[in-house]
Amino acid sequence: MNSISIIVRILRQFRRDKRSLALMFAAPLLVLTLMWLVLDSGDYVPEIAAIDLPDRFVKILENEAEVMSMDRHEAEDALKNQEIDAVLEWEENKPALTLEGSDPTASGAVNMALQQTLNQMNPQQERMEPEIHYYHGSEEIKLFDNVGPVLIGFFIFFFVFIVGGVSFIRERTQGTLERSLATPLKRWEIVIGYLGGFGLFTIIQSIIIAAYSIYALDVFMAGNFLYVLLVTFLLALSALSLGTLLSAFANNEFQMIQFIPLVIVPQVFFSGMFNLETLDPWLRAIGNIMPLTYGAEALRDIMIRGSGFESFAVEVFVLFGFTLLFTLLNIVALKRHRKL
Amino acid sequence: MEKVISLNHIAHSFGVETVIKGINIEIDKGVIFGLLGPSGSGKTTLVKIITGILYPTEGSSVVQETQMPSLKKMKNIGFMAQSDALYTELTAYENIDYFASIYGLSRSERKQRIKKVLEIVDLVKHMKKPVRTFSGGMKRRLSLAISIVHEPEILILDEPTVGIDPLLRQSIWQEFNKLKNEGTTIIVTTHVMDEAEKCDELALLHDGYVIAQGSPKDLKQSIHVDTMEQAFLHYGGGKS
Repeated sequence: MNSISIIVRILRQFRRDKRSLALMFAAPLLVLTLMWLVLDSGDYVPEIAAIDLPDRFVKILENEAEVMSMDRHEAEDALKNQEIDAVLEWEENKPALTLEGSDPTASGAVNMALQQTLNQMNPQQERMEPEIHYYHGSEEIKLFDNVGPVLIGFFIFFFVFIVGGVSFIRERTQGTLERSLATPLKRWEIVIGYLGGFGLFTIIQSIIIAAYSIYALDVFMAGNFLYVLLVTFLLALSALSLGTLLSAFANNEFQMIQFIPLVIVPQVFFSGMFNLETLDPWLRAIGNIMPLTYGAEALRDIMIRGSGFESFAVEVFVLFGFTLLFTLLNIVALKRHRKL
Repeated sequence: MEKVISLNHIAHSFGVETVIKGINIEIDKGVIFGLLGPSGSGKTTLVKIITGILYPTEGSSVVQETQMPSLKKMKNIGFMAQSDALYTELTAYENIDYFASIYGLSRSERKQRIKKVLEIVDLVKHMKKPVRTFSGGMKRRLSLAISIVHEPEILILDEPTVGIDPLLRQSIWQEFNKLKNEGTTIIVTTHVMDEAEKCDELALLHDGYVIAQGSPKDLKQSIHVDTMEQAFLHYGGGKS
């Protein structure tokens, strides 16, 4: 099987091209970290106005937040002027929370502070569900926890697409593709060899990125780590097969980079990072032809909802189908270089 | 004489531009066959058709009684492209090793053959260096080493000695003659007249046509000139 020769060669090329290796491993970690720092400053201390709250409650709440006692009038002014993040009062024996709501980070921090205070107040009792109102916005506003899985999927997709596509196009510009086609190498062996060689790297890449996000950045994770790896690996393979396929339609590396705004960026918009509820259904359907949509949905299922395999099985099969389709198209596209 | 390659009525065009037309060439086993012509005369297109990378618009290329392209026959062909198709980040050794493994050489065969071909092209002491650091001539030599690593019965070389110094050029031609005596059929393209003199058979290409064909000696004698250059001018001028 000649694909093995190609796999060995690609591994050797990686060993000697440390920069591309770094791009695949370190760059996603760096960007994810930056995103995390910006979106999820975990140490944010919320400022909460307390209206006639029990002393004991305030005392516990002060461990989690900056609490200021105000009357209703003062509190409303402060909320309007964005001096505080939330107003907490007691209505009918349960806490009523009004969130300023425009900053998801602050809202999240307030919610967490309130939950923890309630838990400490009466750990034995049934949990008291607070009434939550929003001054601005709504609970639909999402946090890094919600976009985290999408980002993991996106960065894997993006970097594999670039590295895979560009190295395949280099085979053409430096003439090695034509040279390889002057050998008994079959077209499918070339494509499978590429998937194999880069596939090995994407497994390692997936492990590093997923482990870093979950264990170092502490992205919310309710499900099975192996499921995350399965999905990221399939997503990487679809990116790799798409990248190598599209490289057939570019004449040089620069034209390959031009595919980013055409192929990669739209996927970000439709992958669930932004709310598409208000979009026309036919526009929303565009997302259905994008691999990242399925990868992101599966990752959110696993990481946020802690779902089992059956709930994201469809996405897994679709990703597999994309890879298969792109691979077959690529084998056909190589006909341009050799009919046989 | 055993016919190794027959090109029958070959014409090829890229889009509307016809690059070669009406080519009929037969090449015997164990000869060095030269395709002589200026750049743009269709030499590279023709060798790509022989190797099976290109499928001609008209006509057929038959190698060892098999219609090209054929993966089985490609195994018997060694090819050196005009531009060095090398993986620049890999070492010389790794480049040869990759192609040798595609041709199906076993690990021990590869080890032995790679050493042999590196000796032929005088690159043994550079074999562990990445190709990125190689000079133009070194890359040419490495491409040559790759094309002969699997001991092909047919060797197709597109401008093999460009950028190679006279001393090494001479030793490479000695190697060609040695391979030829072992039964290898060699096709060489060139635009250098003195190199054409070293071929057993020549086809003169001009503007996509074969304007003359024969041994260098016959080509010169039939029109009573002393050099290939004069012969080429004569045949080329006669046509246009």
